[in-house]
Amino acid sequence: MNDFLRRLLYLPEQASTVAMEIDTLHYFVIGITMLGATGVFAAALWWSIRYRARSEADTVTTPEVRAGLVVEGGLLGFLVVLFVVFWVVGFHQYLRVRVPPKGAMTVYVTAKQWMWKFAYPEGKQTINTLVVPANRDVLLVMTSRDVIHSFYVPAFRIKQDVLPGRYYNAWFRAIRPGTYRTFCAEYCGLMHSAMMADVVALPPDQYQLWLEGEPLESFVTLPPGPGRTRVATDLSGEFPPYPRGIPEASPPRSMAEWGRQVAAEKGCLACHTLDGQPHIGPTWRGLWYRQTTLADGTTLVANEAYLTRSMMDPMVEVVAGYAPVMPTYLGLLDPAEVGAILELIRSIAEPLPSPSRYPEPLVRPPPPYRLDRVDPARAEEFLREGSGRTPP
Amino acid sequence: MMQPERTAEVAEKNYLNCETTIWSWLSTKDHKRIGVMFLVSVTLFLLLGGAIALAIRLEHLTPDATIMSANMYNQLFTLHGVMMVWLFLIPAIPAGFGNFFLPIMLGAKDVAFPRINLATLYIFWVGAIVIVLGVLIRGADTGWTFYPPYSSVTYTKATAILVGVFILGFSTILTGINFITTIHTLRAKGMRFMDMPLFAWAMYGVSVIQILGTPVLGIILLLVIMDHGFDWGIFDPARGGDPILFQHVFWFYSHPAVYIMILPPMGVVSEVVATMAHKNPLSYKAIAYSTFGIAFAGFLTWGHHMFVSGMSEFSAGVFGILSMFVAVFSAIKVFTWTGTLYKGSVWIRTPLIYIFAFLFLFIFGGMTGVAVAATSLDVHWHDTYFVVAHFHFIMVGASLTAFLAALHYWWPKITGRMYFEGWGVAGAVLVFIGFVGTFFPQFLLGNGGMHRRYYHYSEEFQALNVLSTAGSWVLGLGLLLVLVTLIWSLFTGEKAPANPWNSRSFEWLTPSPPPKENFPETPRFVRGAYDYHLPLERP
Repeated sequence: MNDFLRRLLYLPEQASTVAMEIDTLHYFVIGITMLGATGVFAAALWWSIRYRARSEADTVTTPEVRAGLVVEGGLLGFLVVLFVVFWVVGFHQYLRVRVPPKGAMTVYVTAKQWMWKFAYPEGKQTINTLVVPANRDVLLVMTSRDVIHSFYVPAFRIKQDVLPGRYYNAWFRAIRPGTYRTFCAEYCGLMHSAMMADVVALPPDQYQLWLEGEPLESFVTLPPGPGRTRVATDLSGEFPPYPRGIPEASPPRSMAEWGRQVAAEKGCLACHTLDGQPHIGPTWRGLWYRQTTLADGTTLVANEAYLTRSMMDPMVEVVAGYAPVMPTYLGLLDPAEVGAILELIRSIAEPLPSPSRYPEPLVRPPPPYRLDRVDPARAEEFLREGSGRTPP
Repeated sequence: MMQPERTAEVAEKNYLNCETTIWSWLSTKDHKRIGVMFLVSVTLFLLLGGAIALAIRLEHLTPDATIMSANMYNQLFTLHGVMMVWLFLIPAIPAGFGNFFLPIMLGAKDVAFPRINLATLYIFWVGAIVIVLGVLIRGADTGWTFYPPYSSVTYTKATAILVGVFILGFSTILTGINFITTIHTLRAKGMRFMDMPLFAWAMYGVSVIQILGTPVLGIILLLVIMDHGFDWGIFDPARGGDPILFQHVFWFYSHPAVYIMILPPMGVVSEVVATMAHKNPLSYKAIAYSTFGIAFAGFLTWGHHMFVSGMSEFSAGVFGILSMFVAVFSAIKVFTWTGTLYKGSVWIRTPLIYIFAFLFLFIFGGMTGVAVAATSLDVHWHDTYFVVAHFHFIMVGASLTAFLAALHYWWPKITGRMYFEGWGVAGAVLVFIGFVGTFFPQFLLGNGGMHRRYYHYSEEFQALNVLSTAGSWVLGLGLLLVLVTLIWSLFTGEKAPANPWNSRSFEWLTPSPPPKENFPETPRFVRGAYDYHLPLERP
């Protein structure tokens, strides 16, 4: 019965402890809703046909019917009782969804345009993949680094807005191992619909192994791409795979390769390509020491200094033709990682043998820009707090 | 209402042909002409907003890019929301039909402040032009809700649209003041408050909300403008600002705004049902009082937009139960309308078909609203297509069908021509099927977890999206059919008699179209607007 109704109503699987009971209320409320709507509508239709005009003469009169207080009062009383029942059950569940149980394990979540970053007390950090043990309460302590986002796992029936400068909690308990989609539910700009992640619930023993350094790939095969998706925009058909980063891949062999890994993990490749195609941001191929025109008309050489500034203070010197939408990586990349990315860009300084024809970027050049309001000190503070050392 | 003696013979000179220059329209102080100009204006924006909606639906035909870029998509759904809310739904019935019929229903020659009335039209157009220019210059991609901090830092130029909406607010407020004054001071001799047609009560209720709510919107829009344009940082948490403050203040207006959109349609339904059933409303008092119940309770429910924003659990519970009271008051109206058909003498005509559509959409949309107010369900539904479908059913579906019902119902009175009954029914059926086809699949999409404002969506949602897009084409076709046949009827429609529906309501006592001063002689209140137990007295 549950499964039939769930499929009928197009609801996702019920993978958390609260999902099933919320769905039960859902069936009940929606069932009554449909019955009530159909009933009243049918009564209106029936009376219209039953009492259709036999004559359209001026002299036709109708009896003056007035509702008895008993009838109206009775209907209203019934409605009020019904609604209060909805509310009592619903609010009871709401409290259960909202109030985290004691003894839950904590994961710190930082949202930013357009990625999710997860930090574990044990010191691990992941981007866009939240790894948890199944059958254990997980408490998320969440904050945003820029605008409002919202953490939503349909299969768990949970959702919580994530605000800059504040910490909000959400909790869940996955009832079986599996991979569950996570979306951003609050509109957050250009790539809102690509701001996805996965919750990977592992059996507890595997989770322990993962914490100890076993790569996630040895337990689960993550479906390709986000969105199982091409991330975005119409510039070309294929896009780099969305970062699905687990740092614990095999040890990198060269700094450039390490840079490639860092770029994938930190989400750089969501916007910058390595193959010469312009995307949300300029491609990195052939960028090294290229003469570059900025939005305000000045030109400069894209050397180490400029590239580093662009990572840390991206709104100041925006390349002409691109929207000023890059978030700052201040505090997100440690110096060695910045070096690795520079090495990566240097390693692809030469254009590909057959350069593709660059289409016009769809995002028009920005106006002179004033926006980057993230105070570096504050940003670092958020990050420090978000990485779990000082719970709020 | 009164006993006019020589109504029929003065029909040659009416408000349309007494003066015919363009200047006579632009400078008119006649509430009927202003009403007509408002109707034309809002229809224009309905078409524009509708065209944008069709483009958005077309974009969703495939999960990835179909016809536009993500940036374009974000700007279009913003524009669609802003246009439909402030340039169609809010002014459509009060400023259009309300302007035209409120004074006639009260037996007045005009509204209390005719010059201010004309000013509202110009203010409306100034606001509309600022919005459209703002879009042409650089658009806004904030969504019609303008949530900061995104709206403070977006690189699109949101300021023009914010200023435009701010300006429109004055038009709304002035209309509200005008209507309240008119109702209090210009009723025909002998007409008590409880003798007024129910449409007038709806106008009263909506005016109260407009006057109390719109200034709050103005305040919050100004703050966003300051934040966006001058970097005040009011909503920037890095500088001690509070983005949640915006949400509270914004919804304090924008939730009652839903009742600004729905109370006038309710007034239309009360009129059309009584006339078409040729019966007194099942309970006049229930409809009149519940209007104020909705207006009052509507101001106490804004928090149900914020169940997952980080409000305290206690507040969420209180807002949940208060939201359900609105549904109780609405249910009173629904029962009363349905019961009005009982033992009537029902003419099943185009306006009544629209009322059936209204009832279906309103009850279904309203009940899903109750479902959302059961707080735990909202956690899953919040910001998904379920909510999109819910508010399109109740706000747009109900308002649009009532608008079209009113358009057909009063068409003979406004234009002096009958619309084509067959085409009218066909249009109504198409609009209804199209509307349900567009938005019903969206309930399921929301259940499945598809988000609003999502440029890309997962492939498993495609089938329902295709269905929804197909529905939007039927809806578009239906509206086009309505528009074309109505315009066509202006030229070839039958000449309308003064009272084609055998209605007892007061606007049908004057010729179609009415003379400039509404009634040939000053009316006196003699009998009620719903005296269907008495034979019709033709003037």
